[in-house]
Amino acid sequence: MAVATHAPRRPGPVLVGSAAVVAAWVVCAAFWPHLVPYDPDLQAPADRFLPPGPDHWLGADHYGRDVLSRLVAGARPVLVVAPLAALVSVAAGTALGLLAGAVRGWFDGLVMRLLDAVVVFPVIIAAVLFIALLGRSAPVLVLVIAAAFVPLVTRSVRAATLVEREKPYVEAARLRGEPLWSLVVRELLPNVRGTVLVEATTRLGDAIFAAATLSFLGLGQPPGSPDWGSSVADNRLWLQLAPWTVLAPALAIGSLVVAVALLTDRLRRQLGRS
Amino acid sequence: MRRFLLRRVAAVPATLLGVSLMVFLATDVLPGDVARTVLGREASAESVAALRHELGLDQPVYLRYLHWLADFGTGSWGTSYTLHVPVRDLVLDRLGQSLMLASLAFVLLVPVALALGVLAGLGEDTPVDWVISGVSLALGATPEFVTGVVLLVVFSVELGWLPASAQTSPGDGPLVILSHLVLPATCLVLLCTGYVARHVRASTVLVVASPYVRAARLRGVSGAQLVRRHVLRNATVPATSALGVQLQFLLGGLLVVELLFNYPGIGALLLASATAKDLPTLQATAMVLGVLYLAVVLLADIAYRLLDPRVRLDGEG
Repeated sequence: MAVATHAPRRPGPVLVGSAAVVAAWVVCAAFWPHLVPYDPDLQAPADRFLPPGPDHWLGADHYGRDVLSRLVAGARPVLVVAPLAALVSVAAGTALGLLAGAVRGWFDGLVMRLLDAVVVFPVIIAAVLFIALLGRSAPVLVLVIAAAFVPLVTRSVRAATLVEREKPYVEAARLRGEPLWSLVVRELLPNVRGTVLVEATTRLGDAIFAAATLSFLGLGQPPGSPDWGSSVADNRLWLQLAPWTVLAPALAIGSLVVAVALLTDRLRRQLGRS
Repeated sequence: MRRFLLRRVAAVPATLLGVSLMVFLATDVLPGDVARTVLGREASAESVAALRHELGLDQPVYLRYLHWLADFGTGSWGTSYTLHVPVRDLVLDRLGQSLMLASLAFVLLVPVALALGVLAGLGEDTPVDWVISGVSLALGATPEFVTGVVLLVVFSVELGWLPASAQTSPGDGPLVILSHLVLPATCLVLLCTGYVARHVRASTVLVVASPYVRAARLRGVSGAQLVRRHVLRNATVPATSALGVQLQFLLGGLLVVELLFNYPGIGALLLASATAKDLPTLQATAMVLGVLYLAVVLLADIAYRLLDPRVRLDGEG
């Protein structure tokens, strides 16, 4: 087999397009009050179920609210919840994985057994139960999603740590008498950063998926939110009458998750090659 | 192998106990007075107290847990607070409906994912591979309700070929039932295909580059026979674990798809009973789903292990 020789790749159209889509939604999430043509909550009974046209580019919903405005404003909930959930899970998972891998012994055993128990747990059932119990709000959503991802992150980081700790520089640091925290933070952490980065991007995509899905199930944002998942769930009753009210938020989610997936995939391959 | 099986099976009761404890505690602390909910706002304080006593809500928590666990184990799952029917019949009926939908999706998923994965792997770095890999990556990242909405708008609203609801009437023939199940099953297949196909592709690429395939090529084996006898067999084994993972996704996806298509399955029942605070139904549904989930995880591990004896799984020395 010929050895694969890859010329240094210029960012292709797929990569540029994906980055543009993500950037556009981030701008919407950050500045939507300045971008929307109408107040996303403004009800105009005369405009009920108005199809897409010059006044309402994407039409109006069952309250006569402007679909485009709700679409732009709806970028915020998911783009706040998902990155936070990814951040929390990666931070907690990295800390646990590094410690478990560096300390080994009973601590490692305990952490791994606990995580095994969480992994075989049906996450979606737990999510339904906890959110039914705690009520639907952004902080609950962040915690539920993060809790589901922590075991996955911990496993990857621990596996990478176990490889690193056998290397000479770690032994040298040990012999120098470096304390544990310094060994973990200054020696191991910088060397597992590739794994952490891959985990962070993967979990971001998964968190967007989870946040959108839980919102669709009625377990995410409070009622009335312009959030995309909730909008699809609310508007699907009028699917036959006004398909644009369902299609717009659905395609918005689709564009975001696909763009993030393509970016993540490229990043993973870049890191895998170097 | 025996040791592995024993360890795996031995872990099941402990996990089940954990699931049951979580289900019970979560439902026990659910806000809202159940007796008041059942009887309505107008009921007198005495009748509410009487119902609380009848439902055993005035006993300490651990007693109620043990009672509940014993009742669940012996099959008396109580009566639904909202639908006023025996919970066991309700949950098992819905479970059957869900299994029908999931089986259809699974039967469609396996050949599609295998074919796409092998096709992409054989043509590594050709346009065929780019398209299959790109599309499966995109579909695997897209929530099933998004693909579902697009399918609904195209095939149900615009073209009018397929019904928008998966709900069937009792007298419907198998073809009618199938036409109601096509869209929800397709949603599940689209979600899971990408992941499995990517695993099949990766192992196909490895197999194609391996010495025995090159040797077979040099012997003059080619085309369909090479794929069937040499590539397919060896490329499918690693994909089994991917299928196992996807079975778990399939269970979660059921919740979403059943809600979107108004399908009377167990996922929809879980959501409805959680929203209505119908505790007996919620508890039984969550427990049944938990058992199903654990069974799927276990079966996938065992199947993987049987197909490839070289594999060492967690918890095996």
